Amino acid sequence: MDLGFIAQYFVNGLVQGITYALVAVGFTLFFGVLDVIKFSHGDVLMLGAFTALALFLGLDQLASPAWLSLIIMLCIGTLAMGLLGALLCKFLVLPLKESPPLNTLLITLMFGSVIRESVRLFFPNGSNPKPFPALLPEASINWGNLNLRLDSVILIFTGALAIVVTHLIIQKTRIGLAIRAVAQDEETARLMGIDFKKTVLATFALGSGLAALSGISTGLYYQEINFSMGLMLGVIGFSAAVVGGLGSIYGAIVGGLLFAFLQTLGAIWFSVPAYKDVFAFAVIIILMAWRPTGLLADRSAERV
Amino acid sequence: MSDLKTKLVLLLGVALSVIVLYGFLYLEREWEIGVLLVMVPLGVYFLKRANALTYYQHAAREMPRFTWISFALGVVVLIMLLRHEDFALLMLTTVLLYATVSLGLTIQFGFAGVVNFAAIAFFGIGAYSMAILNQHFLHIPDLLIIFFSGAISALLGALLILPILRTRGHYAALITIAFGILFRTFLEVNDVLGGPQGLRVSGLEMFGWDFGNSFPNELGGGSFYVAYAIVALVLLATGYLITRLIEASWLGLNMDSVRLDEVASASFGINGPRWKITAFMLGNCFAGFAGAVYAAMYGFIAPASFNLSDSLLLVSIVLLGGIGNPVAVIPAAFLIVVLPEKFQVIQEYRLLLFGIVVILILRFRPSGLMPRGLRQYFAGRFG
Repeated sequence: MDLGFIAQYFVNGLVQGITYALVAVGFTLFFGVLDVIKFSHGDVLMLGAFTALALFLGLDQLASPAWLSLIIMLCIGTLAMGLLGALLCKFLVLPLKESPPLNTLLITLMFGSVIRESVRLFFPNGSNPKPFPALLPEASINWGNLNLRLDSVILIFTGALAIVVTHLIIQKTRIGLAIRAVAQDEETARLMGIDFKKTVLATFALGSGLAALSGISTGLYYQEINFSMGLMLGVIGFSAAVVGGLGSIYGAIVGGLLFAFLQTLGAIWFSVPAYKDVFAFAVIIILMAWRPTGLLADRSAERV
Repeated sequence: MSDLKTKLVLLLGVALSVIVLYGFLYLEREWEIGVLLVMVPLGVYFLKRANALTYYQHAAREMPRFTWISFALGVVVLIMLLRHEDFALLMLTTVLLYATVSLGLTIQFGFAGVVNFAAIAFFGIGAYSMAILNQHFLHIPDLLIIFFSGAISALLGALLILPILRTRGHYAALITIAFGILFRTFLEVNDVLGGPQGLRVSGLEMFGWDFGNSFPNELGGGSFYVAYAIVALVLLATGYLITRLIEASWLGLNMDSVRLDEVASASFGINGPRWKITAFMLGNCFAGFAGAVYAAMYGFIAPASFNLSDSLLLVSIVLLGGIGNPVAVIPAAFLIVVLPEKFQVIQEYRLLLFGIVVILILRFRPSGLMPRGLRQYFAGRFG
């Protein structure tokens, strides 16, 4: 196989991997502060993409230029999903704090299916795939067999930038300090005067905003979105976060890239490309048997 | 209470339930179902006010064997009452099969605390085993094929034992979710198993009787679903008996202690992995049995019927009923399977409403409709 093809697969895999990593970072953040899995994450992502689409359709009527539309879509989409994430946390996740983790998992899963069904039923013609506007520049460079699209490059950089910004928020700001404190020890953090509820809500807003971002970039990349896209992206993001090790941002990035790599590898190896997901999930299960708390987990397993 | 009085109370309870179930399955107009839906909670409320429910519970505790046998016979009566209603019987059979799978889940995460979000995958393995074995091994009796399907389900589930034993909590949840998706995708891309088009399954033939024929006239005549409903009932009754026996014995005690605190129970000499494996294999076996009967009844299976959302539906049945209570899965399965079918207006919105209902239950009554009671150490008799 020649180098151009390999580079092509690499670039495509990288775009995928960054998207997965963005989703996985959300899972890892929620797990860090509250030890919960918010399974509606994928559907929040989808709703973010649909919000952006609705905004675009509205702005299109006002004849706004593409770059302005894009900025408005990104800002409002992210903010709206951040708000939704915080509300979800306030009304569904925090009240169940003392109940078994299975309940939290289920309530968020069900909330996800409520979002999914609402979009399918109430978005005009929502059960069909929707074309997503191509707002990024369409230029591309050909290098032998490699066709490097400018939008891929922009998406990779935006995704990476978002992860870096998240990392900086967590490491350098006051609220980030609070998030880390709560993640380390909730009770001590409360004793030190940290507003537990506010911190958790902020974390959920942050993670859900990231989900909206990855939803919009998925839309921009494939130029099509549908109501059920979140289910698979959510499961993949969760796998990525778990394989990397829940609670660790680096783990989420590694997991996201690894999953995209496995899918690409599966697509190359098997003559039937649909086997790529079978392959990727099988490897994930094996990896979990080998490293039960993920590759880069910062919480070691309990020893007796 | 005298024995006769106890028996009367129990029979009255069964008769009431059969009437209500018959109403739900037989009535078709939405307003009729609506009236019934208002009446039942009201009835339960007044029975509770009059202490009738506690009375019944005491009676059931005193004569467990009589209780479950009378209930099983009650369902037989129900099946015979509905013997000309194809659709009602189909729904009833689906309820019985889903309840069987939910019993498996009860053993898995109600008793031993092993999470399983791939119940429908094991159900599907049973269904596909049925389809293939029935096609290629004509000389094997169908009853054995159902057994084999359950066994295959349990054996394939054994692939997950190592990862499940090594992981905890959310990590273990991921493994079963990944397995469920893997299973479905595999079916879709695999041509040997029919791909997305699925497979045809020939009907059951047991004790020299072809289930494809309508119910014999000597026994009252009726739809061919009667036979499947009875097989499903036998399956559920057997499953229930096994689950109850496990719960009441030291097996269940060990599983409970492993669920509640694996480390502490290990220090008392209980082999945690052994009980987790037992529960996991047994639960998957139940799912496999139910899947085999389901495949034979529908005569056709395709990957589209084995989605992650179906696994979640099964988990919701267990949760709605009350985790760990084997009795509770039966009404819960009934509610979750039958209600959406009965309200055609809401058919389109049923997933949405279903989601909202489960959210409300989790938020306001997280222990389910019928929470598991405390273990009775000095119960005396058991049936």
